[in-house]
Amino acid sequence: MKNNWPIWEVFIRSKNGLSHKHVGSLHAADAEMAIENARDVYTRRSEGISIWVVESKNITASSPADAAALFEPAADKIYRHPTFYILPDEVKHM
Amino acid sequence: MQSSLSPNHALFEFALFMGDNGLICGHRLSEWTGHGPALEQDIAITNISLDLIGQATSWLNLAGEVEGKGRSADDLAYFRSDRQYRNFLLTEQPNGDWAMTIVRQFLFDCFHFEMLQALLNSQDERVVAIAAKSIKEVVYHLRYNSEWMIRLGDGTVESHRRMQRALKEQWRFLGELYEDQELDQVLAESGISVLPSSLKQAAFSRMRGVLKEATLKEPAAVTDFKGSGRKGIHSEHLGHLLAVMQSVQRAYPGQEW
Amino acid sequence: MPAEGKTIENADLLKAFQERIDRDEKIEPKDWMPDAYRQTLIRQISQHAHSEVIGMLPEGNWIPRAPSLRRKAALIAKVQDEAGHGLYLYSAAETLGIDRETLYQQLLAGKAKYSSIFNYPTLTWADIGAVGWLVDGAAIMNQVMLTRTSYGPYARAMVRICKEESFHQRQGYEILLTLVRGSEEQKAMAQDALDRWWWPSLMMFGPNDAESVHSAQSMAWRIKRKSNDELRQQFVDATVPQAEVLGLQIPDADLKWNEDRGHYDFGEIDWNEFWSVVHGNGPCNRERMAAYQDAHANGAWVREAAMAYAEKRQMRKNETTGKIDLQVA
Ligand SMILES: [Fe+2]
Ligand SMILES: [Fe+2]
Repeated sequence: MKNNWPIWEVFIRSKNGLSHKHVGSLHAADAEMAIENARDVYTRRSEGISIWVVESKNITASSPADAAALFEPAADKIYRHPTFYILPDEVKHM
Repeated sequence: MQSSLSPNHALFEFALFMGDNGLICGHRLSEWTGHGPALEQDIAITNISLDLIGQATSWLNLAGEVEGKGRSADDLAYFRSDRQYRNFLLTEQPNGDWAMTIVRQFLFDCFHFEMLQALLNSQDERVVAIAAKSIKEVVYHLRYNSEWMIRLGDGTVESHRRMQRALKEQWRFLGELYEDQELDQVLAESGISVLPSSLKQAAFSRMRGVLKEATLKEPAAVTDFKGSGRKGIHSEHLGHLLAVMQSVQRAYPGQEW
Repeated sequence: MPAEGKTIENADLLKAFQERIDRDEKIEPKDWMPDAYRQTLIRQISQHAHSEVIGMLPEGNWIPRAPSLRRKAALIAKVQDEAGHGLYLYSAAETLGIDRETLYQQLLAGKAKYSSIFNYPTLTWADIGAVGWLVDGAAIMNQVMLTRTSYGPYARAMVRICKEESFHQRQGYEILLTLVRGSEEQKAMAQDALDRWWWPSLMMFGPNDAESVHSAQSMAWRIKRKSNDELRQQFVDATVPQAEVLGLQIPDADLKWNEDRGHYDFGEIDWNEFWSVVHGNGPCNRERMAAYQDAHANGAWVREAAMAYAEKRQMRKNETTGKIDLQVA
């Protein structure tokens, strides 16, 4: 169908200092329209000060089937976390 | 020419004029709610409608305040007849198809933007305040409608045809936008507003830029078209619009809603 | 052998899937899911999306006649939110591998449903109050539950929707509050609206649990987390005291507080009416579908032109940058 607008993913920065966060998606014919649609659809209640849009087909996602190989190896590397190291009580705030 | 209009009365009339344009445009755009060409555009056009109704409320409140008879924005919106409405004929034209609406709004935006820009320098602080708030919104309206002008003008054969038709249909209402009234002289002299004719060049040059990009032909100027919304001589459409808009208030006057 | 192997794998997958659900894990778009789960979600989410969009029509009916500028703006913003809700929900459905256009076509072909409540007419301004109070109120009961639904995108859409809904019901209730404090005519208008909208609102929760076809499986999959009757009871319990504040009579002679149950008892719903409206014979079914159809058909040339322009512009950009677009479709 010729008149179907592609899907875009919308990312919004809610205020300076925070990163852009995925908020949802919408349809638009081109990037400019996607930005404007995102403004009208996702920031009507002052939810944002900056918008990113990416056409959905341009996003590459990891596969759930790879989750074990990708993410589980990190689980036992507990020495990366501060709580792994025991310090005497006298040393506060480190 | 010595005018019989006091600056105060001129300001009252001017606030009505600005308010009525916003209200009637906002009302027309709200008629798209639930009927837009895509959900995203339904939401977008409704946002513009809300901006304009908000601006209209501010202007009509100012009109009531200047008049000093205790009339609220609602009183002015709901209890004046079409002969007392001051909006341009352009703004009351029916929505038609998406092309008709976009062209109407774009032609109005070009005027609206220049006018608000000028009003930022008004001697009246209340006018400056409303203009300052409105202009941010209108910059967006202008951008939105310009993009649609271009998109549809330079889209398909069908969209181009519809846009050219809409342009021809609405162009005849354009004269009124930049025509100076007696009231404008008073407003300009007292520094409240400017002569509409002084906005024409900038507005037309913007319009022509967009038309060119949209591959649309500028229709021939219509100079002998009669009718003046600002004087309360409207098209037949406004009476129907108001009959609907005011129906509840008129049927049960004096109630809270 | 392969066929058998596949069956075993499916059984394992099904078991693992159900275990994830039972652990209250969310299911995300690319995760494996049983086809029936996917189809159930598509059906339910799209039905919900259609309801939001069709629901704009009865309320939109009063936007031009809203009796003050404040009410006009509030109603426009409210109905606009509903368009957004439709959009969020269509997007959630699209993560399941079906596009919005197909969903539209299903509705236009009469293969998909929407909430029957929107087949009733809005006759007076008080109806706008009653719709906001009762119809949005009933919808909120359902939607709050759905913020915890097992499918991630659906749950996230619901969180966003619930945030926006909070003003809808208050907006409606405030309209009625103003009317009941007004003239006799206004009070009568409010009562009349309640009389007409009460029963259809109770019907919004769907058939009784015993009659409900999809309920058990949906509960097992945690798509739904409360039954139709539970939600309906919750709605009645919440709404009766609100009607008392308004000083309006709920049109149900059997309605009374049951001390033992700790709930209100209420009368039997007219299920004949319910089914006849579901089957297309409500007062406005045809009008709603016609309006939806018109909007879609009248917008076709606009959507097509926007696409054509976007492609043209992309091509021009590529010409000037010397980039070759490999996606010649
Ligand atoms: Fe909603
Ligand atoms: Fe709602």
